[in-house]
Amino acid sequence: MAKIVGTVTTSHIPAIGRAIAKNLQTDPYWKPFFGGFEAVHGWLAKVKPDVAVVIYNDHGLNFFLDKMPTFAVGAAREYVNADEGWGIPSLTPFRGDPDLSWHIIESLIDAEFDITSCQEMFVDHGFALPMALLWPGGAGWPVTTVPISVNTVQHPLPSPKRCYKLGRALGQAIGSYDEDLRVVVIGTGGLSHQLDGTRAGFINKPFDLMCMDKIVAEPEALTRYTIPELVEQAGAQGVELVNWIIARGVLDDRVEKVHSNYHIPISNTAAGLLVLESRA
Amino acid sequence: MSATKSRPEIPGTTLFDGREAQKGYALNKMCYSFNSAENRAEFLRDEAAYCRRFGLNDAQRSAIEHRNVLELIAAGGNIYYLAKFAGIFGLDVQDVGAQQTGMTKEAFKAKLVDAGR
Repeated sequence: MAKIVGTVTTSHIPAIGRAIAKNLQTDPYWKPFFGGFEAVHGWLAKVKPDVAVVIYNDHGLNFFLDKMPTFAVGAAREYVNADEGWGIPSLTPFRGDPDLSWHIIESLIDAEFDITSCQEMFVDHGFALPMALLWPGGAGWPVTTVPISVNTVQHPLPSPKRCYKLGRALGQAIGSYDEDLRVVVIGTGGLSHQLDGTRAGFINKPFDLMCMDKIVAEPEALTRYTIPELVEQAGAQGVELVNWIIARGVLDDRVEKVHSNYHIPISNTAAGLLVLESRA
Repeated sequence: MSATKSRPEIPGTTLFDGREAQKGYALNKMCYSFNSAENRAEFLRDEAAYCRRFGLNDAQRSAIEHRNVLELIAAGGNIYYLAKFAGIFGLDVQDVGAQQTGMTKEAFKAKLVDAGR
């Protein structure tokens, strides 16, 4: 049976792509951010995942407002990264695992999550940059992937409570897959930031630190927030925290914090990183 | 009867909901097209014709002419698509943030650094 080795949650920011393209990882501005991933590389070398299930939000590369699925699961053989409008070099395509994807799709629909299946899907920085942070060097990817995209563009967005339940169902789906695969679940986005309006540049460090604390041992505490409350506390794009909540939901109630990092600012964003494992 | 529920008021923030998505559809569709480098070049070659092709209304057309992000949001623009428009001019989200808050980019960046203290 498939086994979830743990979850990694990390921010995703287009500027990270520029920094990687220009090799700025040890630059004073970037080092506190990239340096946080060294421990993750060590952890990945130990847990040796075969597959990465990546929960992220598309920012208008694959989905437009003509069709906006709340939850979309990729079921392709390959996922291609592409220009999002800024001409940053695209990353190597990602191998899919269609059998696992369809198992997840079937299990989630059985669990009453009416998700959208996608046999073709471009993956933007929300998916691709966390992959490049976890497996740097550009030599390709040692894992196959299943992308799961969550609508954080057009309100109403799925509530934190709904997202946590989705994570629960996703954990059961992965755990019931009849192949000996080691699966890492990655949740991307956040933490607090706001790009639009006169409140642009809003960052809320106390709220972020509270979330990074609660999500470990008391994730239900975060499911009490409504989406407008999250927008108010974490900023308009800080609602991407729901992707972290889904990723946390796949684990057991009791988890161990393997690693964390938090740094302000990367571009307009408070950048967070967490590695969690279910406690045996 | 109102078609949508009343919206929560969050200072300095427009929740991009169904009402905004309808209002801004043409503008956002044009900005979505800027994922393609060819389309970005085409816009720069003949901006007026490009906007006509997407059927922008007067407020959207004028906000595009002014390169003004707050006006673009008021005209129904969504920041994720608007970021692609900003990209045409080599502007990043810190330029966009500085413009919306009436700060210099340096002051805006300093404010972000301060948020970490």
